[in-house]
Amino acid sequence: MTAVVGAPTPFAIDQPPGRVGLRRAMAAEWTKLWSVRSTTWTLVGTAVAVLGLCALGTGTVSPTDIIEDPTRRSLIGVFLGQLIFGVLGVLVMSAEYGTGTIRATLSAVPRRPVVLSAKVLVFGAVALVVSEVLTFSAFALGQAILSAKHAVGTKAAAAQRAHQLGVKVPHNLQALLSNGSASLGQAGVLRAVAGAGLYLAVLGLLALGLATIIRHTAGAISAFVGVVLVLPLIVEALPAGVSNAVARYLPANIGLVMFSTQGAPDRVVSAFSPWTGFALLVFYTAVTMGIGCWVLVRRDA
Amino acid sequence: MIEARGLSKRFGNVVAVDDLSFDVRAGTVTGFLGPNGSGKSTTMRMIMGLDSPASGSVTVLGRRYRELPWPMREVGGLLEARSIHPGRSARAHLLTLARSNAIGRARVDEVLELVGLTSVAGKRVGKFSLGMGQRLGIAAALLGDPGVLLFDEPVNGLDPEGIRWVRTLCKTLAGEGRTVFVSSHLMAEMALTADHLVVIGRGKLIAETSVADFVAGSSRQSVKVRTPSPHQLSDAVTDGGGTVIPDPDGSMSVTGMAASEVGDLAASMGIALHELTPVASLEDAFMELTDEAVEFRGES
Repeated sequence: MTAVVGAPTPFAIDQPPGRVGLRRAMAAEWTKLWSVRSTTWTLVGTAVAVLGLCALGTGTVSPTDIIEDPTRRSLIGVFLGQLIFGVLGVLVMSAEYGTGTIRATLSAVPRRPVVLSAKVLVFGAVALVVSEVLTFSAFALGQAILSAKHAVGTKAAAAQRAHQLGVKVPHNLQALLSNGSASLGQAGVLRAVAGAGLYLAVLGLLALGLATIIRHTAGAISAFVGVVLVLPLIVEALPAGVSNAVARYLPANIGLVMFSTQGAPDRVVSAFSPWTGFALLVFYTAVTMGIGCWVLVRRDA
Repeated sequence: MIEARGLSKRFGNVVAVDDLSFDVRAGTVTGFLGPNGSGKSTTMRMIMGLDSPASGSVTVLGRRYRELPWPMREVGGLLEARSIHPGRSARAHLLTLARSNAIGRARVDEVLELVGLTSVAGKRVGKFSLGMGQRLGIAAALLGDPGVLLFDEPVNGLDPEGIRWVRTLCKTLAGEGRTVFVSSHLMAEMALTADHLVVIGRGKLIAETSVADFVAGSSRQSVKVRTPSPHQLSDAVTDGGGTVIPDPDGSMSVTGMAASEVGDLAASMGIALHELTPVASLEDAFMELTDEAVEFRGES
């Protein structure tokens, strides 16, 4: 027996220079993301939620209704969409543990922070593009529906609304007709629409971070739903003093402020400005991701 | 080349691997033998950097796994059977791994061909049989054409044809000068596949030896004897200090006497022998060695 003791790797003939790094890991994550059906399903689900609820929320408006904030009305589907989108964020990490793929992943890319960074960057980029496309689409769809509504039966509806508003018809008919819908040029509208997309993408990453800590799909989804949906209900049930002090810190309320063009909704007392709130949300996500990374490095796979 | 030095791992109060030191050399198939639950998989995971040891260290090619620049090009591992997303196709699974280690798409098709999965490459892994899953795992291990291969229970779930295929593959890979480390709880399998053995029980090293020495060192060698006069021979052997156990097929197993001694004894008494075969069982040798070290045992 002629053992080649200590011989350096005779087989990997064309070892490329450098080492497995972020770029390679991202390429792998990209392939991974699009080679399972759940990615497409959850994205389609998110789209159906965001656009479907938008159509419902704007389509049921009566021509005579006055809508406080047409932008927010068209983005109403984001609240349901974020839950489905969060599932995708969770699956990006938890599916690795559920199926055992994590062992193959970490064998191929043993530096674990690199794996997590690759996931964050790839999923984050996909999430951002999809979210922005969805929120701008929802805005366009919603405003089209609203303006169509208010264009229906022009004179009669306008006369009725003019009566409600206590103005005379002929002079500002056009202004009244356009009052029911928003355009991107109006104050705060672009920020609300683009911000809704950012909010959706960051929540997807928050879900990814929770899954990195929790590892189990069901557990991570529960935690995500708890933070986004259940926490606001609990806070609302608390005594007003406590509730008012805490409400503005909640991710869901930060989102609500972000989608609004007419100032914060009443239930969020002394709300943060949209961008301060968003920075806070990014901070939550970064902390979650940091804990996730620490756990990933420390625990056995 | 794998070097484990004082490797230990505990899960809570349970010591899974206990001060384990061994070398796995290139160019031979080294069997990693131990009863179920003896710490084989944990050791394999520590080699691959998936579990971190409580103390001690293990290196591959002189480096810790995490320090390998292109891990899949140096070490290929088949760990637990299923570490693949059931919703992904076989080709997509290999492609994700290939892309991370800068391995070309052509190599993916090459290893699929090598393990005989080309015709089902586009099928979702969830629909695969256990044996196909094992083949895909082996394909993943071979993807980077690595010099070191770790196979954890590779024949699990394989049919006889598949078992023979793995056996031949291991020998071929070792013949090419690679380091091949194969775990199994099936001693008979190891006898056919491995040249060297690392035997563990309850996480402790029991033996590190060649297969031949391992078998020869066993006190439980026996001689299978077939004769038309069993009673006469049986008495003679017993008088001579041997022990006779009649076998159901009409032959008898003699222990405590070498085959030559039994033959001489029969000749001196004019007893005809129809068969005289020394039986060295790796299974017995293994049972003998690990008897104390079996963690889970049925009442007997």
